[in-house]
Amino acid sequence: MLGLNSRDFKLFIIVCIMALVAPVLLNPFPTESALGQSFNAGYPALMQRFVIFGILAIGFNILFGLTGFLSFGHAAFLGIGSYAAVWMFKLLSYNVVPAIILSVVVAGLFAVVIGYVSLRRSGIYFSILTLAFAQMAYQLAYSVLTPLTNGETGLQVYNGDPQILMSAGDPTVPHFFGITMNGQTQLDLGGWSFTFQNGYYLAAIFLIASFYLSIRIFRSPMGLMLRAIKSNQTRMSYVGLNTKPYMLAAFVISGMYAGLAGGLLAAMDPLTGAERMFWTASGEIVVMSILGGVGTLIGPVLGAGLIKYLENIVSKINDGILHNWFAFMPDWMDNLFVTLIHPFIGKGWHLTLGLLFMAVVIFLPGGLVQGGQKIMDMFSRNKNTDAKDGAKTPAE
Amino acid sequence: MDAFILQILNGLDKGSAYALIALGLTLIFGTLGVVNFAHGALFMIGAFVAVTMQKIFNLSFLTVDETQKDFLGNPLKVETPYVEAWFGDAMGNWLQDWSVPLSILVVIPVMFFLGFVMERGLIKHFYKRPHADQILVTFGLAIVIGEIIKAFYGANPIQTPPPTAFLGTIDVGSWLGFAENTIAYPTWRIVYFGFSAVIIAAVFAFLQFTTFGMVVRAGMADRETVGLLGIDIDRRFTFMFGLAAAVAGMAGVMYAPILSPHYNIGMDFLVLSFVVVVVGGMGSLPGAVLAGFMLGILQSFASMNEVKALIPGIDQIIIYLVAIIILLTRPRGLMGRKGVMEE
Repeated sequence: MLGLNSRDFKLFIIVCIMALVAPVLLNPFPTESALGQSFNAGYPALMQRFVIFGILAIGFNILFGLTGFLSFGHAAFLGIGSYAAVWMFKLLSYNVVPAIILSVVVAGLFAVVIGYVSLRRSGIYFSILTLAFAQMAYQLAYSVLTPLTNGETGLQVYNGDPQILMSAGDPTVPHFFGITMNGQTQLDLGGWSFTFQNGYYLAAIFLIASFYLSIRIFRSPMGLMLRAIKSNQTRMSYVGLNTKPYMLAAFVISGMYAGLAGGLLAAMDPLTGAERMFWTASGEIVVMSILGGVGTLIGPVLGAGLIKYLENIVSKINDGILHNWFAFMPDWMDNLFVTLIHPFIGKGWHLTLGLLFMAVVIFLPGGLVQGGQKIMDMFSRNKNTDAKDGAKTPAE
Repeated sequence: MDAFILQILNGLDKGSAYALIALGLTLIFGTLGVVNFAHGALFMIGAFVAVTMQKIFNLSFLTVDETQKDFLGNPLKVETPYVEAWFGDAMGNWLQDWSVPLSILVVIPVMFFLGFVMERGLIKHFYKRPHADQILVTFGLAIVIGEIIKAFYGANPIQTPPPTAFLGTIDVGSWLGFAENTIAYPTWRIVYFGFSAVIIAAVFAFLQFTTFGMVVRAGMADRETVGLLGIDIDRRFTFMFGLAAAVAGMAGVMYAPILSPHYNIGMDFLVLSFVVVVVGGMGSLPGAVLAGFMLGILQSFASMNEVKALIPGIDQIIIYLVAIIILLTRPRGLMGRKGVMEE
């Protein structure tokens, strides 16, 4: 259905459902309970991040997963998209439609230029070229381009801005033809409270569309061609095929996804700064895709979700919460556990991330998706036939 | 002319730091074929060895001195560093003053040990994995090391002054026949440049003039054949990893007085060093050193006011701009070998 085979269609439907009912799914514990306070992720600010970084990772995966070209400067497109969107808010109005369209277009244009130059080299030379472009964008945004980017303050909308399409009754926050992004409905059921936010749903619809497009690209002749380039680019050239246009197309599509993510970030919160383009941000995108599973459809989304979840949840846990959890133990044991766990939580969440990341790269080179498959294999009945098969075919 | 020389001098100290880190990176890449993103973290550990030594030498105990009174009339509490109590005042002060250069003696065995553990414990398992995996696992390791350092030393930069003998500036201009005080240059930076020149020369001499170095070079060229000749090349390569770590550590120790160490210093240097390595050409030791000094000096020229007035913002992007131009005109960097890291 929808031009997908039945397996892909199932996956697509699962993603749709997950994205649409996430506000309920991510709030498994009652709001006031101790578990709910620490582990519930169903609040809008975090869910937006899941979805937006999911889009970013899907786009990155089209480049890295299919062609194997590791771009280390992808955050530049995210930043450029955000700047473009905020400029649209400043010049036209708070309507998100022109903002998002322009952020995709501008990021796409930059991707054409950067991709055209960078794709002349491969391997680590390509990575360094993209890194160099992204770092240049970051440094310039902080120094010479301050009139465009507002430097360290960050670009935001001021009262004096033209906003020529703005009429008197329009909301003064980003909105979609009157539906404000931060508007939300709250639903209280017993101890649970679910928040459905308009902005989240806009982003979720974009996620679903991006995911659909990505499946179609993976399954298209072009996707096949990109995979062929990954396995042996020289051979492709010897066959008489010019690989450059395909590579550039993949790079530009991937850059436009990042631009879309940037535009959505700005639509959720009309403020952006250059730190979105710093190389650690690019590194984070790589980490997300690897953690989830490069070259798989769903992997990068899972990776993005996991990292954003850890970032928000682990960094929120503090000693007091830990003491609460271990309250049933004798005091000395409670204190011992808290002391042991203390370095990994709160401000130390990067340590958890680093360790987790190393563990995944060492033990699960295929990422979470591979881990999931291993577990599935363990439980599947006809172990002998399927397990071997599953190990050989790449995870999709 | 004097401004010109001053900028070259300015570029030399940064350039020497880049060159030392890039040299270590290239040693590891050339021998083991591993892209080590944790190399910046080794540099940082070196810097923190200097911090630790300084802290150890300044550990002190309190005594109440009845003969002296503070301004309230209470007996004065005197802090006496242990080193002063044990070795006498003169020796103790000298140790405190010279803590940074003395750290070199500590950092070499420490870094060799760390390098050995890292190679045998982690890197060994990644020889056959794709370069992307190597980059990622060492990147993860770099995050972990950085966070551990942060947990122990906090997130703020820690001042580590050089010995008082090397404080202040030297009037380089008067040596070269210019008017006095036209080219005044911080003494420690000259020391740093001299130090790194010695280290670089020593590494090259070691590879060029010793039997061990000859075997290592042979292994870099063709690992399998050297193995077939009955030489345990893996063990020598492990030693080279330790050596690369020690070079990064020494670079870190000596850089501590120039830039106060903090837990992110490794990451800051790592990206630039990688650009340096790639510009020099993957796997080429002279290329790494050349590119390190070249980029350092170009950077200092770009931060001259005259240049900045001509092309605004150039000081921020010069390194990346040069990297892009070089990679586009010379596909394998300045001195890279064919077929390395291009798949």
